[in-house]
Amino acid sequence: MVQPILQIENLHKKFKDVEVLKGVDLSLETGDVVSIIGSSGSGKTTLLRCVNMLEEFHQGRILIDGEEIGYSGPRHKARKESEIARQRAMTGMVFQQFNLFPHMTALRNVTLGLTKVKKMPAEEANAIAGKWLARVGMSDRCDHHPGQLSGGQQQRVAIARAVAMNPKVMLFDEVTSALDPELVNEVLNVIKDLANEGMTMLLVTHEMKFAFEVSDRVVFMNQGRIEEEGPPEELFRKPKSQRLAEFLKSSKF
Amino acid sequence: MGYTLNFGAVWRDFDLLLSGLGLGLGLAIVSIFAGCWIGLVAAFAMNSKHVLWRRVASCYVTAIRNTPLLVLILFSFFVLPRLGIRLGKVESFTVTLSIYAGAYLTEVFRGALLALPRGLREAGLAIGLTEWQAKIWITIPIMLRNAFPALGNNFISLFKDTSLAAAIAVPELTFYARQINVNTFRVIETWLVASLMYVAACYLIAAGLRFFERRLAISR
Ligand SMILES: Nc1ncnc2c1ncn2[C@@H]1O[C@H](COP(=O)(O)OP(=O)(O)OP(=O)(O)O)[C@@H](O)[C@H]1O
Ligand SMILES: [Mg+2]
Repeated sequence: MVQPILQIENLHKKFKDVEVLKGVDLSLETGDVVSIIGSSGSGKTTLLRCVNMLEEFHQGRILIDGEEIGYSGPRHKARKESEIARQRAMTGMVFQQFNLFPHMTALRNVTLGLTKVKKMPAEEANAIAGKWLARVGMSDRCDHHPGQLSGGQQQRVAIARAVAMNPKVMLFDEVTSALDPELVNEVLNVIKDLANEGMTMLLVTHEMKFAFEVSDRVVFMNQGRIEEEGPPEELFRKPKSQRLAEFLKSSKF
Repeated sequence: MGYTLNFGAVWRDFDLLLSGLGLGLGLAIVSIFAGCWIGLVAAFAMNSKHVLWRRVASCYVTAIRNTPLLVLILFSFFVLPRLGIRLGKVESFTVTLSIYAGAYLTEVFRGALLALPRGLREAGLAIGLTEWQAKIWITIPIMLRNAFPALGNNFISLFKDTSLAAAIAVPELTFYARQINVNTFRVIETWLVASLMYVAACYLIAAGLRFFERRLAISR
């Protein structure tokens, strides 16, 4: 059996006393594209944030390329901060709100991680950033600040910033939800291209058509659990659970 | 009122007034600089998750902000030497003004930090920056830009506050004005000129700050 690139085992997460992830198991192999769908509050964002260690979790394990992240050992001991920073760079995250650094140009947004985390010389970093900005169709906007870019353009820069770090897994959290409808496709097309090139992705989305087209597998989350998982044709055409059927009906797919 | 204005005596010592103005500016610059460092540290302490840090920082801010500056100046000048800390009057005043500025800037920075979207720090962490790197490259630069107008206002206040240094005979503008006043009895002329010098300096500083503010502004 091939070793999964991302493996989530029995993940539990509480906010205060409220358990929002109640034992999630999920595993991705290199090149897999997996979409997570589910109603609001079902824990999709929280799951991605745990994988990126922006949230701590209380039980379970997450392994990336065989390495346990965030914690170590059976006693769930938290790792050192520098260790966590290194492990975080193994995943790339794209946020709903873009979160570009407003005081830096598009190019600098992308080179920051390369020069400060990967300690690359400026020239090499610029070359890599230039390449990725070209890939997302932003070559002519390298010197612009985020405030001078449209939402769709900002999100494409944010994607370039994440993929330039050469992560093993890319995480996308509803990256088109904050965009005007006419800007959604330019961003989805960039993600599709990356998926077709074999990038491993875990994405949360409300764009059912996109999830259907791009995913190898789709995961339906409900109340902190994975309720159903399978290839998009099966999941969307022949939902097993009542909840998924209702969810699909309400999202007009 | 048989008073005829005669600026001759004041002009004769104008270079003294100018040097006093220069010293005041210098003191304000050093203090805002030092105060920024103090304020940054204390602002992060105030937002820290450790109670002790929060307590220490808020005690500092409360104590300093609730004491009149003149009292602080006299306290450092007269009390510290008794405790074995010997500083010249200029040094004593600079330290006092820096600590005073730090308390106000702590509040400025604390507010500016709270106003930052938390997603920016997280985006920095997500590309693999450590907490420190995220502070240095993302949080602090953005926060300082946002705080710049308030920082400018604080600087102008500090500059005017340097006049209180006259109380411990630091030779700044107010000190010289009082000296000229005593020596020449040209009361109106002396204080008129001194006031106008403060006004002109503050006006120019404000204009310069507005210029920088426009250049620093993050376009959105
Ligand atoms: N920081 C937090 N503190 C307390 N509760 C939280 C926090 N973040 C999320 N929650 C709760 O955890 C649950 C899951 O939230 P999450 O954001 O993961 O849902 P989601 O599936 O991403 O929803 P949406 O589709 O609206 O984005 C929700 O009930 C939410 O209220
Ligand atoms: Mg969400």
